[in-house]
Amino acid sequence: MVDQIPNINLAWLVPAFPLLGFLITGLANKRLKHNQAGIIASAMVLLSFLVSVVLFFILRSSGQNEATVTLFNWISISGMNIPFAFLIDHLSLTMMLIITGVGALIHIYSIGYMHDDERINSFFAQMNLFTFSMLLLVMGANYLVLFIGWEGVGLCSYLLIGFWFKNPAYNYAARKSFVMNRIGDLGFILGIILLFFTFKTVTFSEIFAQASGFQVGAPVITLITLLLLVGAVGKSAQIPLFTWLPDAMAGPTPVSALIHAATMVTAGIYMIARSSILYNLAPFTLNVIIVIGLATAIIAALIGLKQNDIKKVLAYSTVSQLGYMFLALGLGAYSAGVFHVTTHAFFKALLFLGAGSVIHAMGGEQDIRKMGGLRKKMPFTYFTFLAATLAISGIPPFSGFFSKDLILSKAYEHSIILYILALGGALITCFYMFRLLYLVFFGVQRIAGAHPHESPKVMTIPLMILSVLSVFGGFLNIPSLFGGDSKFSSYLQSAVVSKASEELSHSTEIGLILGSILLLGLVIFFAYRTFVSKSLIPAKDGEPMSFFSKLIYNKFYIDEMYTAVFEKPFGYLSDFFYNKVENTVLDPVVDEIGFTTARVGTLLRKLQQGNMSFYLFAMVAGILLFIIFILIV
Amino acid sequence: MKEITSAIQLIPLQHYIILSVTLFSIGMMGVLFRRNIIAILMCLELMFNSANLLLAAFSAYHSDPSGQVFVFFIMIVAAAEVAVGLSIVVMMKRNVESVDINLLNRLKW
Repeated sequence: MVDQIPNINLAWLVPAFPLLGFLITGLANKRLKHNQAGIIASAMVLLSFLVSVVLFFILRSSGQNEATVTLFNWISISGMNIPFAFLIDHLSLTMMLIITGVGALIHIYSIGYMHDDERINSFFAQMNLFTFSMLLLVMGANYLVLFIGWEGVGLCSYLLIGFWFKNPAYNYAARKSFVMNRIGDLGFILGIILLFFTFKTVTFSEIFAQASGFQVGAPVITLITLLLLVGAVGKSAQIPLFTWLPDAMAGPTPVSALIHAATMVTAGIYMIARSSILYNLAPFTLNVIIVIGLATAIIAALIGLKQNDIKKVLAYSTVSQLGYMFLALGLGAYSAGVFHVTTHAFFKALLFLGAGSVIHAMGGEQDIRKMGGLRKKMPFTYFTFLAATLAISGIPPFSGFFSKDLILSKAYEHSIILYILALGGALITCFYMFRLLYLVFFGVQRIAGAHPHESPKVMTIPLMILSVLSVFGGFLNIPSLFGGDSKFSSYLQSAVVSKASEELSHSTEIGLILGSILLLGLVIFFAYRTFVSKSLIPAKDGEPMSFFSKLIYNKFYIDEMYTAVFEKPFGYLSDFFYNKVENTVLDPVVDEIGFTTARVGTLLRKLQQGNMSFYLFAMVAGILLFIIFILIV
Repeated sequence: MKEITSAIQLIPLQHYIILSVTLFSIGMMGVLFRRNIIAILMCLELMFNSANLLLAAFSAYHSDPSGQVFVFFIMIVAAAEVAVGLSIVVMMKRNVESVDINLLNRLKW
């Protein structure tokens, strides 16, 4: 064990602040006036952001790469010793800074957005609980602490999706996300059990130290990584468990920004990056991840093309971007995946908050066919939204360009087909994002009677900070091509073991980048012509559509397929058990037992008449019978 | 002590048994067929004492004094039981003006 770094024990403060905030806003729910809950909650997250920054510099100046902070011995039985410990290294610090930084901005934004909600105090309590759980997830030094956070964020996600629980559809969406996450969690917990069974420990450092003793492709490691992958697929909304994320948009918009775009859904990517040593030993699993990631990226992007709800478009784009992160993980470029997590957290949070600002201005309207012409009315929102759109589309020099280009070049190294598919997905992303931008902010206002107005400062200032991050976030990791030294990737080197790969030659890279920029430009031009010059508006519901658009508009009928394959048969089975087994077999049997007892009781009651002589006679007769019985036998 | 045991042993054991079974049967018949609660109590006493007689007789024949110690215990228990039984009889007489056992069936519920 290396020397303890002075002051590193401050780490416990990082999750402690949001927990404190949760307790205050949760327990004093009825007492807090108007803005107090929001201010307390935001201050707590801001404080833990400051502590994270301090930790960052402490670790930097110490010259060490990681530190373990053990709070107490949690589970200690013979042969099993699990401390409640935090692991502070470059990966967890990166995630902590994203969660608390972006989280604090979203908390502040929520003060304005949730201003009129009657349950605002509960909202902030749940948001703080979420931040606490998410911090536990990324700071835990073993899989079990990670799992506490994992379940905690799932719970908060459920609570916040169903925050407006008076609407049955929202409750259904919350339940759907909970059930789908549970499928993933089952895989995850089985993976942890198998890990413990194999390594006799769940602590990261011990497992990774032992992992070198296994051969590449060892079946047990492949099985472990596949099980963990099931968990990641559920949490990070990948095929086949992605349908809960678009439905999760039922929650308030800041929730979508924080949980369903910036942080929680990246937990799966974090977990796989954390387990990079195990995944490097399982090439089969990596190939599975590539297939899942690429399929998700493209299918979700296609669905995004035809959505008309502003938040649904963003939701599918989140699913698609998560697919890109998975693709990066599958290619063994873990740091590229985490880098995309970082830039995605910036621009997707910004997109959601911008969408929230629009929805706020439109008085709750989410249908982009009814918007339009908001550019003049909401200049701040427009410019920040534009920055985020450019970033997610991968236009240089915005942040999304650097992260997406890194992933694309890794895909090119792997195979050209992978590159073409991934680039195709990126082009679709660009098209639907500009479609969204043009429909919302350009043209003329298409709904009469609404008076859109710019949102208050408490909402626009977080937007501006996030837009600065979205624009310049990419400079964290300038590749050597542009004279940088890939700071971010080399920073993560100590925590994440990326697969070695030969660098592409600079001429190839320049060719690829120029080609993709040219294509992106064409796509943007095409979108401009369609939605601004010709001012085409997507068809109303129920209008006839071509077969292909109809397929996409209905999300490839995946929800319907799940209903037909899983939900319906399960319903029939339940009906069968209820009508046939319960009503005709179990119920009558149980009832009959009760009725028989009652009938026998009625009969025997007649014996009890209160006549003492009879009782005495019965007693003597009984004794005599007993004696006779003894004498005979 | 010696004289008493030898005096008891003058009579054969079978006679004690027959006497005691007879007394017991008389007591049991009385308990079963009398309606006067005082008579029933007396019959109960008779059954007790038939058992006591047998205990004393066996004790003498086996030269084991513990049987006679038992008799004393039974007598004490019987005395206590009679005290309770008679007080019930007094209460019954006061409340229903009768000592007929069949009237007690109104205690049923």
